[in-house]
Amino acid sequence: MGSALLCITMRNPVSSALWLVVTLFALAGLFVLLDAQFIAVLQVLVYAGAIMVLFLFVIMLLNIGRATRSDIKGAWGLGVGVLLAGLMMVQLLALRFGAPPPQLTLPAGAMARAAAEQGMVAAVARPLFSTYLVPFEITSILLLAALVGAVVLAKRKL
Amino acid sequence: MLLAPALLVSAVLFTFGVAGVLLRRNAIVIFMCVEIMLNAVNLTFVALAQQLGVAGQIFVFFVMAVAAAEAAVGLAILLAIFRHRQTLNLQNINLLKG
Repeated sequence: MGSALLCITMRNPVSSALWLVVTLFALAGLFVLLDAQFIAVLQVLVYAGAIMVLFLFVIMLLNIGRATRSDIKGAWGLGVGVLLAGLMMVQLLALRFGAPPPQLTLPAGAMARAAAEQGMVAAVARPLFSTYLVPFEITSILLLAALVGAVVLAKRKL
Repeated sequence: MLLAPALLVSAVLFTFGVAGVLLRRNAIVIFMCVEIMLNAVNLTFVALAQQLGVAGQIFVFFVMAVAAAEAAVGLAILLAIFRHRQTLNLQNINLLKG
């Protein structure tokens, strides 16, 4: 949490990005605590690895890494922003007290047991490739489209 | 059970992301704040997956794929804008036609 706060307050985009890496690693640790080891590994690989390298690469490429004057908005924007964010926080904290309906909940420790029985990856992969096969394939098309789109946008001249 | 603290952390992280998007002017930092928000939602999914089954974790998988695609395309757009305008301050980028 602290690192996320630093991430949004840092003046220099590079330090902002590095604090974001700390945040992502902390989140990976939380995922391990929540019986989602596979997701935690994926988090480190995809976010802390790939996406952060992409961010830092663009920052370096655009040469905006040097410290400039703060780009945080002035008093008026600050007030409105903090107000809206606080409103959001109140709503989200209120949501926290609505527990999921008991007929849907699994017994305690069910996820850890499933992971122990089938293996961590298999517990996620089996439904992914059976029940959720169509979304999975659509994701692959999305990634292909993003790949082509990024190349087209970033290219100087086609 | 870690459900309540995880949801608390997730709410706070999401709020930080919203605050960052609202407060900063640098487009790259705004992208990072969007990533923070996506991660907060991922944390909620994983926390609830503990009680509601593995579907939550699978959805996190999809969110990650979408986030990667979004980051790639978004940063490519930023590159194109920067090449055009020599700035990433959103105050100065106010036209859809360059």
